[in-house]
Amino acid sequence: MATTDGEALLQVDALVKHFPIRKGLLQRQVGAVRAVDGVDFSVRAGETLGVVGESGCGKTTTGRLLVRLLEPTDGRIRFEGRDITHLGTGAMRPLRRDIQMIFQDPYSSLNPRHTVGTIVGAPLKLQGVKTDQGVKKSVQELLELCGLSPEHYNRYPHEFSGGQRQRIGIARALALRPKLIVADEPVSALDVSIQAQVVNLLDDLQDELGLTYVIIAHDLSVVRHVSDRVAVMYLGKIVELGDRDSLYRAPLHPYTVALMSAVPVPDPTRKEQRERILLTGDVPSPVKPPPACRFHTRCWKAQDICREVEPPIRELRTGHAVACHFPENFDAAEPPAAA
Amino acid sequence: MTSPLDVTGSAAEAQPESVLAGVGEKTIEGRSLGQIAWMRFKRDRVAMAGGVVVVGLVLLAVLAKPVEAVFGLDPNAFHQELIDPVLLKPKGSFGGVSWAHPLGVEPQYGRDLLARIIEGSWVSLAVAFGATLLAVTIGTVLGVMAGYYGGWVDTVISRLMDIFLAFPLLLFAIALSASLQGGAFGLHGLTLHISVLIFVIGFFAWPYMGRIIRGQTLSLREREFVDAARSMGARGPYVLFKELLPNLVAPIIVYSTLLIPTNILFEAGLSFLGVGIQPPQASWGGMLNQSISLYQADPWFMVVPGLAIFITVLAFNLLGDGLRDALDPRSN
Ligand SMILES: Nc1ncnc2c1ncn2[C@@H]1O[C@H](COP(=O)(O)OP(=O)(O)OP(=O)(O)O)[C@@H](O)[C@H]1O
Ligand code: SF4
Ligand SMILES: [Mg+2]
Repeated sequence: MATTDGEALLQVDALVKHFPIRKGLLQRQVGAVRAVDGVDFSVRAGETLGVVGESGCGKTTTGRLLVRLLEPTDGRIRFEGRDITHLGTGAMRPLRRDIQMIFQDPYSSLNPRHTVGTIVGAPLKLQGVKTDQGVKKSVQELLELCGLSPEHYNRYPHEFSGGQRQRIGIARALALRPKLIVADEPVSALDVSIQAQVVNLLDDLQDELGLTYVIIAHDLSVVRHVSDRVAVMYLGKIVELGDRDSLYRAPLHPYTVALMSAVPVPDPTRKEQRERILLTGDVPSPVKPPPACRFHTRCWKAQDICREVEPPIRELRTGHAVACHFPENFDAAEPPAAA
Repeated sequence: MTSPLDVTGSAAEAQPESVLAGVGEKTIEGRSLGQIAWMRFKRDRVAMAGGVVVVGLVLLAVLAKPVEAVFGLDPNAFHQELIDPVLLKPKGSFGGVSWAHPLGVEPQYGRDLLARIIEGSWVSLAVAFGATLLAVTIGTVLGVMAGYYGGWVDTVISRLMDIFLAFPLLLFAIALSASLQGGAFGLHGLTLHISVLIFVIGFFAWPYMGRIIRGQTLSLREREFVDAARSMGARGPYVLFKELLPNLVAPIIVYSTLLIPTNILFEAGLSFLGVGIQPPQASWGGMLNQSISLYQADPWFMVVPGLAIFITVLAFNLLGDGLRDALDPRSN
């Protein structure tokens, strides 16, 4: 894995996105969907950060904030040390070469009226990039790089399967040779048999091109093999963030434990350790999230303090932080990592 | 990569799949949605029949004057000798059908019905096409704006559409044509009547188009390819013209085709009420109007323009429905 101890390529501090809810003739604001509600993390150059959580917990919103498709309500995003939180369309334009996105739905992310060549060549055209061999040749190289054939240049998206469409989307994201790629559930719309191929393609491309990834998934197993670190989100907050091995070996947050037991464990030797914990009920509404620990409505360990005091995110082990009063897999006698 | 998932190469998956079962790999090379739509359309017999009739009608309308000249048809020549002076009824059966007058002649005056139908066809289609063009232009521009910009722009345009749809169009048309009898805007007679009809019909039919285009734009705007374009640095005009408009061409074609017959009926209706095309100019609606008072003399006179309207409207509707089926990606 391309784990270099590079400095932070992307630094996110207390990022907030609230979608106002407006009602009535005067469009008065009556509330807000607190889709992302104070999120901190950083991504080092060359690494892969996995972001995991159930549907509706703010993963896509976070991804769109990072590529600045959405305007943050509060907080700060820095890319290569530069504050990009509130850059306008014009100022953001040159930076778009460095930050690209792969979209969740390969059926809606490719314009059905454009050929593959037009789609993959669009970023070059939009950014006015001149390549030595011309746009067509560059696009064909990108197609090959992503496991497609250069002959697909003149074809239309509807002639391709979901997996191939996602490869086209990946080729488009690579066209500008970005540094950071935010992939929003890149495989969740695909057949299970094809998911691994696309994930492996992303992994190979990372080695080849030295990319940095933020890969979003709703399933811990998808990002397991490609992530260096994993962030677990619940209702707009990061509840656990840790090195991959530490997090999968000994998850600290009850929510993470529950997510893990919800998926079949691929390693048969470890099956017996985990009884299945089923998450009951739905994710509460992000319009009115539960106070203090947002997970307390579904947590089997919840105590009074969980409903009254919000647990701060603490680094309990080196490179492994959690926001919970009563973490799992952690002996209270064990000294927490130096804060 | 520490522990790659078990995968047996990606070569098999990288082959393009044929969307049309039974069609060879070679033949689907680079086939656009337009080509696929044409293939589907060709297989639809009913729509094809509608299309053929429409093409014939348009040719007839465009070539109406030369055709009349070549065959010596005069829509305004009286043939009093063919009319029974007492009953006002054409001599002979079926309204006086003969080789010289294949559709018979008008009761009372004896004008040739074929000539008047041909003459009426260009008036009808000119008004319908003109009005549709006007409605589609206004409807598309405002519909796209409402759908794309949303917010107060959408609110204003949507309310405007509601207002136009609630407008007592018929009363307005009657009042307008009555007050413009003498001539206006430097126009007189037939040109004036056709212009007024195009304006009135087109100006009040646009909300139908506008609503459809607004809905389509709304749903297209949410598609991820729009976000993809933005994430590459695309600005508003690029998104509008390069990403959205190509996807709006199909609905515009389909709903224009379906708006034409509505407008034909409307023109016929206004002319029937006497506020559209004025005699002596032949028009289908005007002929129907005449046929009411001459019904006693000759019922056949009612059938001819009625059939002309019926066939035309039906053909356009069949064509429009066929186009919709062929162009709709969901009816795959
Ligand atoms: N444009 C918007 N306006 C209002 N609310 C929004 C908007 N976009 C997202 N939301 C809300 O914000 C919350 C988080 O949405 P988001 O799409 O980020 O979740 P997600 O974690 O990506 O879920 P999924 O797994 O379903 O993709 C949801 O409750 C959603 O309804
Ligand atoms: S803080 Fe309490 S309610 Fe929240 S996850 Fe931890 S134990 Fe459960
Ligand atoms: Mg999402």
